[in-house]
Amino acid sequence: MTARVREAWAGYAFAAPTLLLLGVFVLLPLGGAMVISLQETNGFGEGTFVGLDNYRRLAQDPVFWRATLNTALYTVLVTPAAMAIGLGLALLLDSALPARGALRSVLILPMAISGVATALMGVLIFDENSGFLTEVARALGLPQVDWQTHGPAAFASVVIMTMWWRVGFNMLIYLAGLQGVATELYEAARLDGANAWQRLRHVTVPQLSNQSFFLVILNIIYSFQVFDIVFVMTGGGPERATTVLVTYAYDTGFVTRDQGYAAAIGVVLLAVTLVVTVLRWRAQRRREETE
Amino acid sequence: MSTHVTRRRSAAGLRLLGALVAAAVILFPLYWMVVVAFSTRSSLSGGGLRLWPEQATLDNFRRVFDSFPVLTWFGNSVAIALVTSVIIVLVNLLAGYAFAHLRFPGSGVLLLVALSTLMLPVQVIMVGLFRLVTDLGLYGSYWAVILPTAASAFGVFLARQFILTIPRELIEAARIDGATHLQIFWRIVLPLSRPLIAVLFFMSMLQVWNDFAWPLIALRENALYTLPVGLLFLQGQFGPDYGATMAFALITVAPMVLVFLLAQRWFVQGFSRSGLR
Repeated sequence: MTARVREAWAGYAFAAPTLLLLGVFVLLPLGGAMVISLQETNGFGEGTFVGLDNYRRLAQDPVFWRATLNTALYTVLVTPAAMAIGLGLALLLDSALPARGALRSVLILPMAISGVATALMGVLIFDENSGFLTEVARALGLPQVDWQTHGPAAFASVVIMTMWWRVGFNMLIYLAGLQGVATELYEAARLDGANAWQRLRHVTVPQLSNQSFFLVILNIIYSFQVFDIVFVMTGGGPERATTVLVTYAYDTGFVTRDQGYAAAIGVVLLAVTLVVTVLRWRAQRRREETE
Repeated sequence: MSTHVTRRRSAAGLRLLGALVAAAVILFPLYWMVVVAFSTRSSLSGGGLRLWPEQATLDNFRRVFDSFPVLTWFGNSVAIALVTSVIIVLVNLLAGYAFAHLRFPGSGVLLLVALSTLMLPVQVIMVGLFRLVTDLGLYGSYWAVILPTAASAFGVFLARQFILTIPRELIEAARIDGATHLQIFWRIVLPLSRPLIAVLFFMSMLQVWNDFAWPLIALRENALYTLPVGLLFLQGQFGPDYGATMAFALITVAPMVLVFLLAQRWFVQGFSRSGLR
């Protein structure tokens, strides 16, 4: 066996465990989900082929549209807010500050905490009867907010807890990016008479465009997939006000056990993710061309 | 000049104030969890605003330990997180080396396929995965959680990037000395990859420890639950008994928070590098 052939065999052998795991536990189930989405299923047994019936049902299902709308709204709220606050915090911590390391540790701490625990802390704070905010409002004589029974308020509470959970990650990425911005650029801008806001707008933000690009994509994809926080905090209620695509897919697939229908929701989610990925890809190529 | 300095100083003061407020907002829910976990049942149901427990008590923890197999769940979480992370580190390092330094036909396409699965969340495939795991006879066992979770391409990407920085000459020299590819991996790549191994291991531990959606689907028996699934189960049982729920939440959160604080630089490196994708 020549060295070249041996190297090729070694390459396949070394890559095989990972590729096998990915093939069996990601690609195979993906194909399976697509097949199941064309079936009508009863419980967890084998289904019967029904063509595109599940997708037709989706198109006429108001809960599905509500879930889609909620997912979109969640994405549109969380993505820019998490990025803006993340950038703000990164700017606060970028230059010398007392206890800077400790402050950074605290701000990224939520990254270590599970979605379930985050959601339960959310319940503790937003509980209508005995939650922290309710007690505060009572003590100060402020009007009470129906965080759990009023749809928009419940939605807001989910968004707020998501921000608590996600902002640290956004900050961390921006903080890493800020370390790469040359201080000469700020000096030059200062000499040109640019004030702090102008320096932020015309120096910092453009210099961080790689990080922003990455964060937009990641926040969008994360938001499409949100499950833990919603599932534990509100269960999708009240009256579907916080139902998102994944919680709906879980409910149909594993609670009412309409697996074919749940698989169809999954395929829709995949299609949306693919669109975002393709957009990302094209944007990246455009950016590389202009650079 | 002096006004300039004072202005800078007051700007730093404002920044510090802002950062402190943000830190307080982040810490408060955690603090509140601790307060509730150590509060007596009567003080919690009494209503009214208290910012610290009137008298600290371990009653909630006792109640949780009496009614639920907490230690079993803890053990499950540790076992699943450890085994999964070890598998991830091992197979991803092997693949990372292959994709970084070995030439074999189709390696570019295979790498692309592997990385494209990064965009594919378990939520999209959960119905298909459930069917597969059932067909394989894994449903309701640890492996139903471990194997699908270990199928992660993130580490491949990270490992390949890192191993590419190992100088080619080093590997070529070993080859000329007659080392096999496995020996090269074992004696050169692994020892030089220690920082990578730390990053990958800690990030995997963190992810698996906190995973919820898939374990919820894949684990049928109470005795196999991981901590987050147990936490939800317990909340369902105790309902508005926040003291007990938060005591258990604290048990699930504390170990990873500790690991996170102690091994922070590995996490920070891992997450920051993920941003360079």
